[in-house]
This record gives sequence, C-alpha cells and structure tokens, in this order.
Amino acid sequence: MAERILMKGNEAIAEAAIRAGCRHYFGYPITPQTEIAAYMAKKMPKIGGVFLQAESEIASINMVYGAAAAGMRVMTSSSSPGVSLKAEGLSYIAGSDVPALVVNVQRGGPGLGGIQPSQSDYFQATKGGGHGDYRMIVLAPASVQEMASLTIKGFDLADKYCVTSMILADGTIGQMMEPITFEDTEPKVYDKPWALTGTEGKRKHNVVNSLYLKPDELEKKNFERYEKYAEIEKNEAMWEEYMMDDAEYCVVAFGIASRVAKNAVVAAREEGIKVGLIRPITLWPFPTAAFEAAQDKVKAFISVELNMGQMIEDIRLATGCKKPVSLCNRTGGMIPGPDEVLEAIRNAKKGAL
Amino acid sequence: MKTTQILIAGFGGQGILFSGKFLAYKGLTEELQVSWLPSYGPEMRGGTANCNVILSDTPVGSPIITEPDVLIAMNLPSLQKYVNTVVPGGQIYVDSSLIDAKVERDDVEVFYIPATQMAKDEGISTLANMIIIGHLLENHSELSFNGAAEVVDKLVPPKKAALKDLNMKALTLGKEYNK
Repeated sequence: MAERILMKGNEAIAEAAIRAGCRHYFGYPITPQTEIAAYMAKKMPKIGGVFLQAESEIASINMVYGAAAAGMRVMTSSSSPGVSLKAEGLSYIAGSDVPALVVNVQRGGPGLGGIQPSQSDYFQATKGGGHGDYRMIVLAPASVQEMASLTIKGFDLADKYCVTSMILADGTIGQMMEPITFEDTEPKVYDKPWALTGTEGKRKHNVVNSLYLKPDELEKKNFERYEKYAEIEKNEAMWEEYMMDDAEYCVVAFGIASRVAKNAVVAAREEGIKVGLIRPITLWPFPTAAFEAAQDKVKAFISVELNMGQMIEDIRLATGCKKPVSLCNRTGGMIPGPDEVLEAIRNAKKGAL
Repeated sequence: MKTTQILIAGFGGQGILFSGKFLAYKGLTEELQVSWLPSYGPEMRGGTANCNVILSDTPVGSPIITEPDVLIAMNLPSLQKYVNTVVPGGQIYVDSSLIDAKVERDDVEVFYIPATQMAKDEGISTLANMIIIGHLLENHSELSFNGAAEVVDKLVPPKKAALKDLNMKALTLGKEYNK
C-alpha cells in the first residue's frame, strides 16, 4: 500500500493535479487557497510545467481558456470573490466546450466578505455564475483525501465531456492536514481532435469560439450541449450514505458541514433517534436518485449548510417537496457545532420544523 | 486509542501550529487517524493563534474541536477563552511563566509549567512550546514519549538540522519537569 503522508487540503489538490497530468496553472493569490499556487510555483518549473501568476483573476481564467483550447490539462484556483471575477471566463469556456478545472476554496461573502470557511457559493457554482445556458460539474470534497481524488476525477470528467469541473471546497478543508495516500496510476489521456494544436498543413484548421450570431445556430448548439448535460446527469452523480438503512430522519450536508453532521448523527443515534446522512459528492449533477429512494422512508430532511440555505432548494426539488426540509445553518465564516445539528435533529423528531 | 482532541492556543510566534504538527506527525507514525486544523488569517499575524489536533483509532469526524480533552494555553486570553470548554476529566497545560491566573475548576487535571522561563534559562527561548508538549506526552494516558525523536527527525528540515537536538532537549525538559 502507498505511504500515508500528512498534507494540507490545498496542497493535496495541487499534487493531485500534477499527478493527473496538469502542466499548466494560472492563478492569482487569495486566502484561503494560496497554498495551491505556492505548491505549483515550487513544483511546475521542476517538471517542465507552467506556473504563472497572472495580473488578475480575469487574466488567469482567460489563460486557462487559451490553454484548454490548445488541448492542455489546465487549471486555476481562487476563493469566492476571485471566482466572481472569473465568471465571465467560465461562461466563455462553457460556450466554447473546452475542458478545464477550476477550484473554489470558499470564504464568507457576499462582497469582499471575510476569510473564514463558507459554503455560500453553492448557487454560483451549481446554477451558473456566468451568463447563459450552461452547467459545470461541481465536486464537493469532505476530506483531504477527497481533495486529491476529486481533483483527478474532475480532470477526467472535464476531458470526457468537454466541460468545466469545479472543485467546491472551503477554507477548513483547504487549510487542514490529514493523512493521505496517492496511488501510482498513469493519468488518463483523452483524444482532443478539436484542439488548436497547429494544422502543420495537414488538416482543416479548428475553431474554438463561443460566438453564434444566428439564433437558430446558437439554439442548436445549446440543445446539443444540454444533451451532453443530460448524459452527465444520468451517469456521473455521486453521493455517500451513512446509516440510512433504517433512517427515519435524514441529514443532508456536503463538504466540511458533512463532517460536523456525521458527529451529530452518531450522537443522535446514541439517544435512540434513527437518523442517517446523505452527503452529495457531486452538487451538480445533484444526486437526485438518493433522494428519490429516501423520500418514501424518512419523515423529514435536515439540510446543514454554511450559508443562508442554498442546497435546501435542490433537496426540495429532488423530493418534489414530499417531506418537510428544515435548515440548520451558520454563515459568514461560522461553523455549527455538532450540538447545534443534534438540536436540529431533535426538533425534526418533535415535528417542530 | 480513545479519540483524543487537543486544542493548543497562544500568541502567533509561539510555535502553536508547529507543536500541533508534531502531535499530528506522531499520530501518523503510530498509524492513527489524524486531523490538524490551524487558525488562519489575521490572528496568525501577531494576535492569538490556535490549532486543533485530533488523534483516534477510528476515522475523524469533524476536525473542529468544540470540547477538547486537552487544552494547552500559552497566554492568558487563550486560557480564559477555552478553560470552560474542556471536558470534565480532561487536562489543561498552562505556561505559568506567562499566565499568573489559576484554573478555578476541580473537575479537570491542571499542569502548571513555567515553560517560557525554562526555555529562556536553557538558551532555547523559542521552544517553550515543545517543553509543554514533552510534559503532555509524559502525563497523558493516551500519549507516549516513545518515538518522539523519530518525529522530530521527520519534522525538522535537513537545512535546520541543529534544531533537532534543541527540540529533543526541550521535549526532554518537559518530560522530566516536576519529577
């Protein structure tokens, strides 16, 4: 078995990206994700890769767009306010159907907000952020190990479907250290016949563009893209279930909130409350199947989030509002304690929602 | 081992994060489940700093400690902030050269170590943190001093090899204190 090493979540993302064959990193520093850039700055020059600190977030996302169009595995990383600046580029990348990996190690917002952990960019990540009809695959790691494994998965999914994969993490998982192992596997390589690699006079030139002035052409393009999104929804939803077999109540949480929620589930079980946890690992596609299975057997859902209640809307949609969904939340950089989640579980049992 | 939650708190610059890292690496070499969570942000730049370390046989749930089994307090604000969060039966380690106050709880075990003064006297003034860690390893039933040298070896970069002996000296001072 591979050696266990201690690593920060941010460093795990960077190391995993390199192992996934990413040789192009463009970014701009912002707390609490700067370790990703620092790691890349140290490693990339030694392995023939590119680390470039751009003059701004907007420049860095457009550099990602360029390298992606050239068929390279490429990434950028930032935190909430920085990701807002990248939103235009995210829309162009989606409109051009090129693959990229974008990391958001979230901090409190809106505006410049704070620097403490948050999950308040859920809407931005899962519903758009940039303009136009588009989707990104959104992956929510809950451990340092998953910061690495989902980064590798994110690159593969991006290449497979020619979409952006976003790692939606938070300041806690970015900053914390946990043991992690890396398996020695070769990065997957995908054919990119559309890439701008130079024709060498041998083929028709490729075009990467998001401009379609004829509305019927743009509509057709969007229809095609949504067929691709439907495939992703069908094939790629991921989630973890914990103590759901006999659960009468279901806590739903992702990322760091799920770690706190798990403690509360264990504590509630000790009190004899039959409660389980669904942890979405993909936030888009949202793991609807897990909720379709749960909605008939549980009496209520409790959404635990580090925001004012964003994922709760997707839970209601996924369950067709069949069962009540309550919210247990903190925001602005605050994190609920297991006791707060436990209280929410007790309240759900009492029917006080 | 029983899950042990250790909260280390003090000023930025006292080696709060490093001493937490030492405990985390020690857990790693002992094949335990480990989490290490630092405070980050303005408090690191001269204000208060803290570090959450969890060691366990079973996977670590939340890495955020709300009820520590062990509190290491290296300044008064940290002691005041966290003293009542320690679980009954837990332990509190106080750097008594920086903190005059006594802990007014009788349901916890309290160790007063004049670590900053001891470090100064021994010419290792930056290693008060490791003196307290040495005392903790010796006095906590779930922890042990065995293997400390191996961890220091792993943690101190080759460029700063001289610091290895000094760290061991500090750990040993803490271990022997009050014996």
